[in-house]
Amino acid sequence: MSKTKVAIIGSGNIGTDLMIKVMRTSQHLEMGAMVGIDPASDGLARAERFGFATTAEGVEGLIGLPGFDDIEIVFDATSAKAHVANAAALEPYGKRLIDLTPAAIGPYVIPAVNIDEHIDAPNVNMVTCGGQATIPIVAAIARVVPVAYGEIVASISSRSAGPGTRANIDEFTETTSAAIVQVGGAKRGKAIIILNPAEPPLIMRDTVFALVEGGSRSEEELTAEITESVEKMVGDVAAYVPGYRLKQKVQVHPIPDDQPVETLLAEGETARPTHQVSVFLEVEGAAHYLPAYAGNLDIMTSAALQMAERIAAAKENRR
Amino acid sequence: MSTPIYVQEVSLRDGMHAVRHRITPEDVKRIVIAADEAGVDAIEVAHGDGLTGGSVNYGPGSNSDWEWIEAAASVIKNAKLTTLLLPGVGTIDDLRRAYDLGVRSVRVATHCTEADVSAQHIAAARERGMDVSGFLMLSHMAPPEQLAEQAKLMESYGAHCVYITDSGGRLTMNDVRDRARAYRDVLHDETEIGIHAHENLSLSVANSVVAVENGVYRVDASLAGHGAGAGNCPIEAFIAVANLSDFKHNCDLFKLQDAADDIVRPLQDRPVRVDRETLTMGYAGVYSSFLRHAENASARYGVDTRDILMECGRRGLVGGQEDMIVDICLTKLAEREAAS
Repeated sequence: MSKTKVAIIGSGNIGTDLMIKVMRTSQHLEMGAMVGIDPASDGLARAERFGFATTAEGVEGLIGLPGFDDIEIVFDATSAKAHVANAAALEPYGKRLIDLTPAAIGPYVIPAVNIDEHIDAPNVNMVTCGGQATIPIVAAIARVVPVAYGEIVASISSRSAGPGTRANIDEFTETTSAAIVQVGGAKRGKAIIILNPAEPPLIMRDTVFALVEGGSRSEEELTAEITESVEKMVGDVAAYVPGYRLKQKVQVHPIPDDQPVETLLAEGETARPTHQVSVFLEVEGAAHYLPAYAGNLDIMTSAALQMAERIAAAKENRR
Repeated sequence: MSTPIYVQEVSLRDGMHAVRHRITPEDVKRIVIAADEAGVDAIEVAHGDGLTGGSVNYGPGSNSDWEWIEAAASVIKNAKLTTLLLPGVGTIDDLRRAYDLGVRSVRVATHCTEADVSAQHIAAARERGMDVSGFLMLSHMAPPEQLAEQAKLMESYGAHCVYITDSGGRLTMNDVRDRARAYRDVLHDETEIGIHAHENLSLSVANSVVAVENGVYRVDASLAGHGAGAGNCPIEAFIAVANLSDFKHNCDLFKLQDAADDIVRPLQDRPVRVDRETLTMGYAGVYSSFLRHAENASARYGVDTRDILMECGRRGLVGGQEDMIVDICLTKLAEREAAS
């Protein structure tokens, strides 16, 4: 059976890692073309060595490639601004777009939470690396107790943050915050990203803080239920990101009376949450392109690949 | 010949760390009025971690940044109203909102090796006609030449001034001198240089004076040294030395002393001073805002505050990684359990 052909726009860290994953780990997909704007980029050079069609002319170059008609899925690993232009240029051709920038034209997809919800959407957005690592945990907590406020702190090594990530830092925080609410199920979301230049580079770390309404449960019951849900979710994510793990025991503590958490709640919310949940995660990358510290790269490309596989599999079933 | 300086009062921004970001808009007004009347050039107002820094990780504010800024704007007369923005925490939208409330000067802060994440924010501030500074946090973590390259980047994005930001209170006087000279070597003549000192090694006044002697124009200082860790450069002591050193400024020493002792110091629920914890921060080169979070975690998990801080230094944590404090405690507890 023939595989579904994909193109990748963006020959930087993320695009190159994704290309290697398509080659090595994909069941339903094969590389159709690698698209960049810098003819000297390492990603384009590699794609050429592997024998894939390449162009350094951006999305217009892709549209002009001889094999363009056979490409069904296009991954966009450029930047938020570039994705808006790329999506507009590709619109007449009916391709399925998987957006790895924080442009967020299409609905958010976090595979472990809502992969089947947007299976037919023409353009889906993979949120951000920090969102992929943390929103499953927010959702895991929200399926046990109401989450009044969800906050995530993503720390990545400076070396794993390419120019696209650096130029999109506001989009990162804004997109992730919105997805904490829309996909994670928190009433309000906040996202923080930190670049750490330490050598040797630190493995990606993510921390999730949730302020929850514990209801009538005892602290032990609350801790046990949330822990069980979080541990199950970590397993679900680890199924497609093997280096994803819970670094510490899930922490659940009552919120001190004098802590002014009301300033963190969504506009108009008055019910004061009762407990703070803290979840400490680590994401070690598969080292397909950048070394293992770049878990941020790995979780993003793994999530996008997961989505594309599902689209391709659904299409095969329909045949 | 006297040396002109620009004095920025930071107790309503850095000092927020000292009181866990809890202060009433009424007290904000009292401090702004006093500092303004005492002749400071600029007054910075925001959560300790900058606009929308209020969070579980850094501590929720008792009020929003907007309430504090509105309070300050309602009484400020002469000084420039300033704020802080950390890309990755706050956004350009937040800066616009601050501008709409009357803020006309901003410092855009990044870790000392990551200046390039500030390009959008500095440009956005310039577009609005704001006074903009780059703020290279934990300046001790980069050698002078590398730090100066990062300062040069911020200048290229449009910063009018770039700071040597000693967030860990870890720089000695020679370190400050070398960094100020390295900045002066690469920056345009019209680009100003600033110093932001902390008192952790008891060097904040000395470091600020050495900075001015080596070409620095803007000096951060706060009433009673109100700031993170052992606090910032105490403005009243610095102005006293400035008078003795023939630095040209517009501050009134006795008015500053009165504001420090009568208004600011009584607000502190933990003394802001060099003690074993804050000295350890300077010694280990830890971001000063980690102090109260480390003390809280120490109380909850029974790990010595200094052990936590030393481990923060060993791990090379940067500003904003307060979440790792609890991670360190849990790791130490697990090691303890495994050993017993």
